This record gives sequence, C-alpha cells and structure tokens, in this order.
Amino acid sequence: MPDRYELLRLIEHNARLTQPELAVMLGTTEEAIAAELESLHNDDIILGYTTVVNWDKTKRESVTALIEVKLTPQRNQGFDKIAQHLYRYSQVTSCYLMSGGFDLMLIIEDSTLREVAAFISNKVAPIEGVVSTATHFILKKYKSNGVVFEDKPVDKREAVIL
Amino acid sequence: MLNNPDQYLSEQVKSIPPSAIRRFFDLANEMKGEVISLSIGEPDFVTPWSIREAGIYSLEQGDTHYSPNQGYLELREAINEYMTRRFSLSYDPKTEILVTVGGSEAIDLTVRALINPGDEVIIVEPCFVAYKATVVLARGVPVIISTSADDKFKLKAEDLEAAITDKTKLLMIGYPNNPTGATMSKDELASIAAVLERHPHVLILSDELYSELSYEKEPHCSIATFPALYDRTIIVNGFSKAYAMTGWRIGYACGPAGLVSAMTKIHQYCIMSSPTTAQYAAIEALRNADKEIQEMNAEYNRRRRVIIHGCRQAGLTCFEPFGAFYAFPGIQELGIDSETFCERFLKEKKVAIVPGKAFGSCGEGYVRISYAASMDNIKEAIVRLTAFVKDIKDEENHKK
Repeated sequence: MPDRYELLRLIEHNARLTQPELAVMLGTTEEAIAAELESLHNDDIILGYTTVVNWDKTKRESVTALIEVKLTPQRNQGFDKIAQHLYRYSQVTSCYLMSGGFDLMLIIEDSTLREVAAFISNKVAPIEGVVSTATHFILKKYKSNGVVFEDKPVDKREAVIL
Repeated sequence: MLNNPDQYLSEQVKSIPPSAIRRFFDLANEMKGEVISLSIGEPDFVTPWSIREAGIYSLEQGDTHYSPNQGYLELREAINEYMTRRFSLSYDPKTEILVTVGGSEAIDLTVRALINPGDEVIIVEPCFVAYKATVVLARGVPVIISTSADDKFKLKAEDLEAAITDKTKLLMIGYPNNPTGATMSKDELASIAAVLERHPHVLILSDELYSELSYEKEPHCSIATFPALYDRTIIVNGFSKAYAMTGWRIGYACGPAGLVSAMTKIHQYCIMSSPTTAQYAAIEALRNADKEIQEMNAEYNRRRRVIIHGCRQAGLTCFEPFGAFYAFPGIQELGIDSETFCERFLKEKKVAIVPGKAFGSCGEGYVRISYAASMDNIKEAIVRLTAFVKDIKDEENHKK
C-alpha cells in the first residue's frame, strides 16, 4: 500500500503525475495507486485538481484581492450562513474562517480593481451581519501554491563530479 | 617557464596515474550547459535555508576567527549526539571526534596518520577515486578487491580473507557506495567482521558519507557497531551528501582517541582548523534539520525507483541499489566499452553519465548514472537512454 501522505504530497505538487509514474515512484503497483486514489476521492480528501498560473505574464488585466470581513454572528448559525452567501459568488475563489482580528478572509481573483470595489460595496458590505471590511490587493506574487514565481534556478554545479 | 617540471616533482605525485576518463571529462566540460547532467556526484538540492541562515548569522555576529584545531566542542558534542541517536554509536567529543574539511580530508588524515611506506591498504573497488590516490601519496601499497554486480557489489568475506597479509595495515570500505549505490546489511557486515576479528592487526576506515541516503527497511549499520571492531575503526562522515553542504567543506572523523589525536596533529599543521562558518551551520544541521534530511531522502528514493525502472525498461541489466544516489547498470551486452558508450551518449543524446572504469578496472562494463537531478531531467534522460540503447543494439545487429 502506498503511503497516503506521500502520495497526496506528490499529486498536490504535480497533479499531472500519471498512475504508472506514481506506481514506480512509490514502489508499488498501479492497482494499489488506483485503489488509494479512489478511496481518497470517496472520502472527500481529494476535492479537485488545479493548475498554478502566473497571470501577470498574460495580457489579462486582473488583480487578486484579500478581503478581511468582520461579522456579528447570526443566531443559531454562527458565521456559516454568511460565509456560504459569500463563497457562492464565482469570483470568490477562497473563503476562510479566521482567528484573530477579523472573522472571514475572502480571496477574489480574476477581477479588475473596479469589479472588486463594486463587489465589496454592493454585495459584501450590505449583508446583515457584516460589520466592516478591509481590502488588500496583491502587488506581486513571489510564491503561490508551493511554486516560486521568479525565474527558474540554474544548475551551477560542475559538469562531472566523481 | 620552468623547463621539464617533472624532474622536480615528488615520486609519489608522479606515480598517481592521470584520470582514466580524461577524454570524457574534457568533452563533458566543453558541453556543459547543453546537456542533461546525470554525471554529478553531489546533491542537486541547495543547503536547507535554516542551515544557510545559521551560517550567515554567525558571520553577522562576527564569528570569523579560527575555531579550535579539533573543531568547536559544541559541534563535536552535536556529532556525538547525532551518532548515538542515528547509529547507536557514541564517541567522546573531547578525544574521539575531529572536525575536518570535508570527509575527503578525514580520509587523507587517516591514511597519513597510519601508513608507513610499504604498508598495504585493502581497497574495495569500484570506489571513490580518492582512496587509491591517497594511499599512493602516503607511499602505501593499494591492494584491490574487485566486487561484481552478481554480488550486488558487496564485499565478500572470502575475498577479504584472501587479500589480508601480514603487511595489511588498513581496510578502506564505503557503504552506501559511490559509484554503485550498494549497501551492506548488519548480517552481511557480520561476515566481514568475523574475518577482521581473526586479523586484529588490520584497522578499518569506514567511509559513511552516504549513511543518511539509505533506502533499506533497516537503518544504516556501521561496521564500528561490532564490539571487537569499535576500537579499530575510524568512521568518516560529514554533511555534504545528507545536508547538501558540499561547498561548505565540512566533515568529521570518529574513532579511538590515539588515532584521532594523531590525525589532529597533522590537521593542525596543514589546515589549522575547519571553516568556522561551516561549523556553525553544521551545528544547526545536526540539531534541527532531521525533517529536511528525511524529505531529501524520500525524494531521492522516488528518483531511484524511476531510474532503475527506466534503465531496465531501456534494456540494460541493473541490480537494485539501496544507497547513495547512483545507479550502476551494466552495458557489457552492448559490445562497446564504457568510455565510448558515455562519449557517444553525450554527443548523440546530450546526456552526461560517467564511465564505470573511472572507479576502478572492475568498473569497466558499467556506467554510473547519478540521480542527484530533477525528476523531469531524469525522465527525459531515460527517454534518451532508451533510444540510445536501441541505436547501439541495431548497430550490433547490422554488424552480424
């Protein structure tokens, strides 16, 4: 049986590894890999596969905003109902309940500055239970999802080392 | 310009033969940058940041002076804690541990401290090229034991027994092994230990630089753990391979106080002391980088499986190595020598691997493929190796 943690770490880093490749890397059979992946899907441990894109290198005009939302908890529901209300918007790519000075962190992607501003003022702020918001814009991504965005490192080693 | 410099050179230096793979070396250096390099005997990983940071911090604090000759006591204490924790061996930090400039210096010091002209030193090949050269420089006599793929390049007790004479001073072994990736289990070492117990005049130098790069279920076992051999063994270990600290030049020797003090004597006259910055970084490495070593080990292990699978799929016979970061597949069936194979592979497919003959005459017929390289490079190299082996086989068939 492959090590579940090692398998998850590998495909989290590179979702395109094939089952035969994973079988060789982990010293097991393709059947064992397939069975483990199926089990991980059934248990909702693997929920999806993504690609890490450096949008700054495309011509698309878009920003990423991190929005801190302070709430008053709703009777009988805590923060869940408001969180659900907010994450249903497709431009909200992440929504987290946080400890510390605010309650929800939203990440908005693939929007222009104006669209983010409109979203906050028209959709977020008016919600009953929203006390305040604070919006931060990402200026530069150094590293995201475990991937460093700067230029690829060069192998500085000598040609042959015995 | 000095006329005929050879007349001034020492006999020892002149007797060290030139590299067996000079042609290949020169070609690989010319083509550097255009090729996939699986010819490199050092980690592709950079030293973990926390270790680098400890070194940088020590410089910021102004720690730029000589360390004690034997190395900082704090580092020697950390080495003892590490050896106890990892390999169940303990050494007195005050008298039984010396911090050296890489494992290479520790090997050189051991040989120079022990060998008189004419003393025999048993060297197990294929092996790291420095062993024989170091013995020759010390005017010792190398006595070579050849190992083979049939025995998974492990040292056989009967071969050792046959090689020992009353002139034998030292046995040099290195497991996990460069270039073969071979390892020896506790049981396999027991048969070697039994031979050595019958010949108490033979000392042992155990090069364990790759001890953290072991992929067996049982952890690495040192020959020094055999009680009868503990007092006759110098263990050489270091930070280059396990912690990716090759350029820092820091290693150590552990052994009986009488031998270590002799080595320290040479060390203090030649080198004074090992690099100060590297010692501070090494303390951090030993105390706080277990997780990083495990992650590197797991990544090397995945690459190892991919390389062995790839070599076999390509049609080469390859025993499965469980240590270091090398595969040592055989190319005898292809009808060309190892240097020609590697030169052609380099020129035609732009992949650099090392001819086995660089590591001893019994390495002829094999090639060393290092998997200290990214998984992407390894996979691409396998594709090219498969095509190349097919080309060679087609040429052989046409000749027949």
